[in-house]
Amino acid sequence: MPTVTYVAHDGSETIVDGFAGDSVMETAVRNGVPGIVAECGGSLSCATCHVFVCADSAELFPPVAGLEDDMLDGTAVDREDNSRLSCQLKLTDDLDVQVTTPETQV
Amino acid sequence: MGDPIGTGAAPRGTLIVGNCQAGVQLASSLRELGDTEPITLVGEEPHAPYQRPPLSKAFLKGEATADSLAFRSHDFYQTHRIELVTRERIVKITRDARGGEAVAESGRIFPFARLALTVGAVPRTIPLEGSELEGVHYLRDATEAAVLEQQLRQARNVVVIGGGFIGLEVAAGARASGKDVTVLEAAPRLIGRAVSEQTSAFYLQAHRRRGLNVVLNATVVRLVGEHDRVAGVELGDGSVVPADVVLIGVGVIPRTELAEQLGLLIDNGIVVDAQALASDGVTVAAGDCANMPNPSISDFGNGRLRLESVQNAVEQAKVAAATLLGIPAEHKTVPWFWSDQADLKLQIAGLNGGHDQVVLRGDPDSEKFSVLYYRAGTLIAADCINSPLDFMAVRNALHKGLSVPADAATDTSIPLKKLATEAPALSEKVTTP
Repeated sequence: MPTVTYVAHDGSETIVDGFAGDSVMETAVRNGVPGIVAECGGSLSCATCHVFVCADSAELFPPVAGLEDDMLDGTAVDREDNSRLSCQLKLTDDLDVQVTTPETQV
Repeated sequence: MGDPIGTGAAPRGTLIVGNCQAGVQLASSLRELGDTEPITLVGEEPHAPYQRPPLSKAFLKGEATADSLAFRSHDFYQTHRIELVTRERIVKITRDARGGEAVAESGRIFPFARLALTVGAVPRTIPLEGSELEGVHYLRDATEAAVLEQQLRQARNVVVIGGGFIGLEVAAGARASGKDVTVLEAAPRLIGRAVSEQTSAFYLQAHRRRGLNVVLNATVVRLVGEHDRVAGVELGDGSVVPADVVLIGVGVIPRTELAEQLGLLIDNGIVVDAQALASDGVTVAAGDCANMPNPSISDFGNGRLRLESVQNAVEQAKVAAATLLGIPAEHKTVPWFWSDQADLKLQIAGLNGGHDQVVLRGDPDSEKFSVLYYRAGTLIAADCINSPLDFMAVRNALHKGLSVPADAATDTSIPLKKLATEAPALSEKVTTP
């Protein structure tokens, strides 16, 4: 079972067991993890599920592409090299992921 | 900090009527704000609260179910001590300032100290001969979407009555999967309630390019049946458009029957103040059912609006939760909307009401452009088609009380983000940073 660690802006950690096929965003929202808003439910319309992917986890996902790249240019907290929209990060079996959430999403 | 509503009363806890986006947000926000009293979230649908926007998109492609669209896991409700009650339709509510009780159709009674109405809206129906025929649908919930998905799969000819967001999303999806699809719109243009003529004109062309048959100024006379099943739609000129499936999407009506029982003020929804309080001063309402002052139009019209959007439901629910706990709260975010129709992504930031200038940025024929709306020289909204960068720039500018000079905005070689600047006169009123 994949595990996702969400580190909030203030350093507090929430660790959640996820399911393969779910996104890092869905896993957060279903469990009420603060710091991820995700108003559009994963349709690449809102850019309110912005996360910074920890270096160890970065290569677990396909690179940023197309629409996600454009949307990341407008996030509430400016993007960095490790910025992703967490709705695009799909969990796979036995994969442990760590992400940090920005101070604000809107 | 004001007094929390409903403390010291005999019945305890908050009853939220309406298992929906606003309802689940309200319950979550109460816990986030430290509320330890019981919370009951009750609704008539058989499912835990789920996202509705995909019902007209991914759901109809068979890519989603009510379960996959659920907002929260069952664990979440348990851990946060939110009692989730499904399949119970509240039909009667009585209350005084200390609390009251709600009665379900089944006879089950839900006592409460605090009451929140997140009762949503129902599809507007049109009295039309043949409405009872098999194959005629409205679309609001997952049960209806599941039936529609089944029937669309077998259909060859699809007719959509109503050229708004829901109608066009369904029509574009059916067309993309190879159906013959006709959209019948009574008005002279598509999506007339939400966007300008420029955006409407673009969608007409773009959908026609994709093979959608769009009839404007359409008069629907009746639905024609064959063996209890719909077979066509008869128009005012006597012609009949063949149909195996008909979807009627002509807007929604806010559900106000419970609010009326409580004697609450109703005017296009449940009238609430900026704190989401209804006219009795103790009941809160949020989401599609609530008519609330909106800071984005504080200088325009009567300043209040009933919005049907995710952002609005979430934002109002947060405010309503705070109000129930006596914590001051206000709107913070800019209204925004989205609609995915075929491969056309529409993102709308802000509210264009009262605009006196429209600026076109980019070429509509490229299917990638934006329409910017100005009022008294200040940017107030934008429709962005396949232009997420423009959308994000406008949403952020409005959030910060900034504008973009109209004459500079037409130059697509410069990102809008770089053009955002202090707004003239209106800035303080247009947003609430």
